Amino acid sequence: MLNRFTYTNEQTFFQKLKSIDWILVFCILLIGLISFFAMYSTDGGEIKFYTKNHILRFGIFFSMMFLIAFINIKFWHSISYLFYFIVLGLLVAASFYGITASGSQRWINLYFINLQPSELMKIAIIAFFAKYYHRMQITQVNKIVNILIPFVVLVIPIFLVVTQPDLGTSVLIALSGIMVLWLAGINLKFFVYSSLLLVISAPFVISFLKPYQKLRILTFFNPDKDPLGAGYQIIQSKIAVGSGGLYGKGFLKGTQGYLEFLPEKHTDFIFTLFSEEFGFLGSFILLILYTVMIYRIVSIGFQSRSFFGRLFCFGFASAIFIFIAVNMCMVLGLLPIVGSPLPIMSYGGSSMLATMLGFGIVMSAKIYQRQLII
Amino acid sequence: MFDSGSDTRFRKLGTINRRMFIFSAAKAVVLFGIIGRLFSLQINESNKYLTLSDKNRLRESRLPPIRGEFKDYFEETIAGNLRVYQLHVVPEQVEDFKSLIIRLRDILNFDNRKLVQLIKKKNKQKPWETLIISENLSWDEFSKINFYLHELAGAKPVITVGRNYPHKGSFTHILGYVAQVSENDLIESEIIRERNVPGLRVGKLGLEKTFENQLIGTNSIQRFEVNAYGKKINQIDYKEGLKGKSIRLTIDSEIQKYTNELLSEKAGSISVMDIYTGEIIAMNSAPTFDPNLFLYGIDKNEWSKIKNDPKKPLLNKTLSGLYSPGSTIKPLVALSALEHDAISPDMKVKCNGKVEMYGHTYHCWKKKGHGYMSLKNAIKQSCDIYFYEAARLLGVDKLNLTANKFGLGKKTLENYFPNEKPGVFPSTKWKKQAIGQNWYLGETFITGIGQGYVQTNPLQLCLMTAQLANGGHKIYPKIIADENIGNAEKIKNKMLRQIENHNEEDENLKTTAEEFITNKKDDHMPLYRNPENVKFVLDAMFRSTNEIYGTSFSSRIDDPKYQFAGKTGTSQVKRITEEERELDLDLNLIPYKQRDHAWFIAFGPYKDPRYAVSILVEHGGSGSKAAAPIAKKLFKKIIDRHELREKYKPKIIKSA
Repeated sequence: MLNRFTYTNEQTFFQKLKSIDWILVFCILLIGLISFFAMYSTDGGEIKFYTKNHILRFGIFFSMMFLIAFINIKFWHSISYLFYFIVLGLLVAASFYGITASGSQRWINLYFINLQPSELMKIAIIAFFAKYYHRMQITQVNKIVNILIPFVVLVIPIFLVVTQPDLGTSVLIALSGIMVLWLAGINLKFFVYSSLLLVISAPFVISFLKPYQKLRILTFFNPDKDPLGAGYQIIQSKIAVGSGGLYGKGFLKGTQGYLEFLPEKHTDFIFTLFSEEFGFLGSFILLILYTVMIYRIVSIGFQSRSFFGRLFCFGFASAIFIFIAVNMCMVLGLLPIVGSPLPIMSYGGSSMLATMLGFGIVMSAKIYQRQLII
Repeated sequence: MFDSGSDTRFRKLGTINRRMFIFSAAKAVVLFGIIGRLFSLQINESNKYLTLSDKNRLRESRLPPIRGEFKDYFEETIAGNLRVYQLHVVPEQVEDFKSLIIRLRDILNFDNRKLVQLIKKKNKQKPWETLIISENLSWDEFSKINFYLHELAGAKPVITVGRNYPHKGSFTHILGYVAQVSENDLIESEIIRERNVPGLRVGKLGLEKTFENQLIGTNSIQRFEVNAYGKKINQIDYKEGLKGKSIRLTIDSEIQKYTNELLSEKAGSISVMDIYTGEIIAMNSAPTFDPNLFLYGIDKNEWSKIKNDPKKPLLNKTLSGLYSPGSTIKPLVALSALEHDAISPDMKVKCNGKVEMYGHTYHCWKKKGHGYMSLKNAIKQSCDIYFYEAARLLGVDKLNLTANKFGLGKKTLENYFPNEKPGVFPSTKWKKQAIGQNWYLGETFITGIGQGYVQTNPLQLCLMTAQLANGGHKIYPKIIADENIGNAEKIKNKMLRQIENHNEEDENLKTTAEEFITNKKDDHMPLYRNPENVKFVLDAMFRSTNEIYGTSFSSRIDDPKYQFAGKTGTSQVKRITEEERELDLDLNLIPYKQRDHAWFIAFGPYKDPRYAVSILVEHGGSGSKAAAPIAKKLFKKIIDRHELREKYKPKIIKSA
């Protein structure tokens, strides 16, 4: 074992470069490329504000991903708690000094970027739990103390995000965290109990929701009831996707997007726009790219020697999958409209930053897959 | 971790891996769910959503249709389409709307009230909708705008098509006018509802209204792609509409305009009719108003001026004005009496200026009396006493029969002018039904001189005259040129043959009737029992105009080319009291509203009659002084234009 320990530390730069999962990188690049075209289309076939910013951010954060990848996984393990608390601090700051836009206070101005800490929390919570369960014996996992601590760690950021208010992100943070908790071996019965608790307390929770959030949930069950109001987004999104057909309307020929029928076409509804222009085939290819990407992350997790690496990869893969699934189900009218970006595709700096951060740590886990963390 | 932990480490590893497998399986299920959903939306229901997407983005915009024109007999346009210069502004494309509109106000010189109205209108509509600053600019204003255009960013000078009546008021009572669509128009007509667009103008009155469905034309259609806010992005398709049908009338504009001149400053009516074909050559009602005023919304002051004019320019007196025919009825009374053998032409009646019957005194217009009168002289000099006696012998019911035959009490152009009033020709039965009283003999007397219950419109009297002049044959007045135009000669020959053969059962007559395309069975058929009676009456009318002591002798024309025969009429507006009769006031001393209406009916040229006229001057005084002189001028004009009319062969004959 000591041999291996030294072996990993003695990798040359080229060995490290070689051990990078190039299929994963290729998938990320390809999806990034697709996102450039989609963004170009939302700008009406010109390179304007959104396209420029998106390409720039992708470029910066993609390079950042490599930087992170070449730093030893041990380092990422050691700063996981710190990372969580920094993001938590930012969340608190956001709720006091945050920038308010469209009724929600979720951004803080960092001069070079308007950061949305809740996006980073999606990753931070995974890193935190990955470290938390890294050294824990399987026999300790289901002890009450060891359930209460993660519960508090999870609930604080969720509460902060809910009060922004940002229902979508808080749900996604919760799902990311719960996913890791379950992977770590927490007994199924706790999940069952807490689900029951949630169902019972749901009416009380709903009474705390803002009217527009209640309306969104109601509209989801009957979008045609108020086609020009809250149901408008779902209907227009379905029309856009449906009218795409098998081959799509063609690049830059999507009318729903171009004529501004689609809401939030740069961000949450970017898939709708893509699907309208490239049809079922295009959407299918995109889904396959995402699937391959997730498969690669999972397999890196399997190769990872440390529990931290493994848990982080599994957690991140699951979280990415959930983000994709929630976003797609939302725009396809299978889930209520909650704000949730599509990883890589959607316009948004914080989301891109968080995603690339996650990929960076996954890559690091790949390069230092033999690394033992004590 | 190296020793004791080894076992738990593997258990932990196992748990994590196992759970990840379960997860992956769940993921696969969700993935298939998403793909299934995509499949159902994009492949199964693709067509439905494609339609919805097109419905989202495509909008049709319909443009006002181009209205059909009205032509006169000589195919001169009497209601046409004119280039209209308009000024449009799309507020969205204007940087500073307020300063632009103030600049426009200075250039176009409109007042502040309009400025406020425009701003109000602008605030009501969407910013990309066109705001019409001015609907009808003069050429000067239009060129001025174009001159300053470089400093009027956002203002758009536009040339479109609008209605135009080149003869102004001359045709108003025939054509009516067009104006903006009202709510009522939309409720009443499906076609208007279908083709309605902002700026559409529809017929409000007269033939413009009657023929609306044929005139209106179809919309040109522009298909636009619009965005989610309804803003037009680009034009995809343009389908040009059909222009409405043009309609040719039987009217001669020259004569029509001349009748307008003849009635200038007066209130009254002139009708001119072809006695064989029934073509209306002129039909005027005075005073009139300019229909062009209504195109772009009439000014309040102008409107109240028209509305409150005591001469009632809004009333089409020719069709909707009802008057006692006065003495113009006498030829008909004479004919009726002869036809029913109530009197013989030689019957003599002594006129003392008045006659007392059943306790009432009935006066002749001539206070001194006419002395012994024969029928011919009674018509010629319009002796009232003779006609009291003739009417007494005839009886009102028989007179009513003849009057009905000649078209009194019935609408003449019902199909074209729904607001025509039929008037009344009384009978005992009519009085019982309408008033619920018995008929008094005294009422027969005054009916015999065209007073009392008798109410006619001027066109009815023109038709009556025409039917007398053509030898007593039924004709139907027409104002729309159709296939039968130019058949006057044929119809004339047919009528002459009927007169020659009136006593014989002639089978040929029925076949000749089919030469003419007409859906009226009795068209051109005799209205008399004995054509000699008609001739007798016509001769009497000739004497009335062309012999000394005739009531219209002073208006005669000796040249046989223009010579006409006519009958005057003076219809009382109110009952004349004894004192007034004694006073015999000069016309100018009587208040306008109480003056008599002056009538004249005539036909000419006498040798070979072709045209019948009826002239009414409201409150004009006596027929011989106010109405007959008009006929003299009118006949000159009509007959001078006769040859032109006969020769005119239209390039295309269109039926309405």
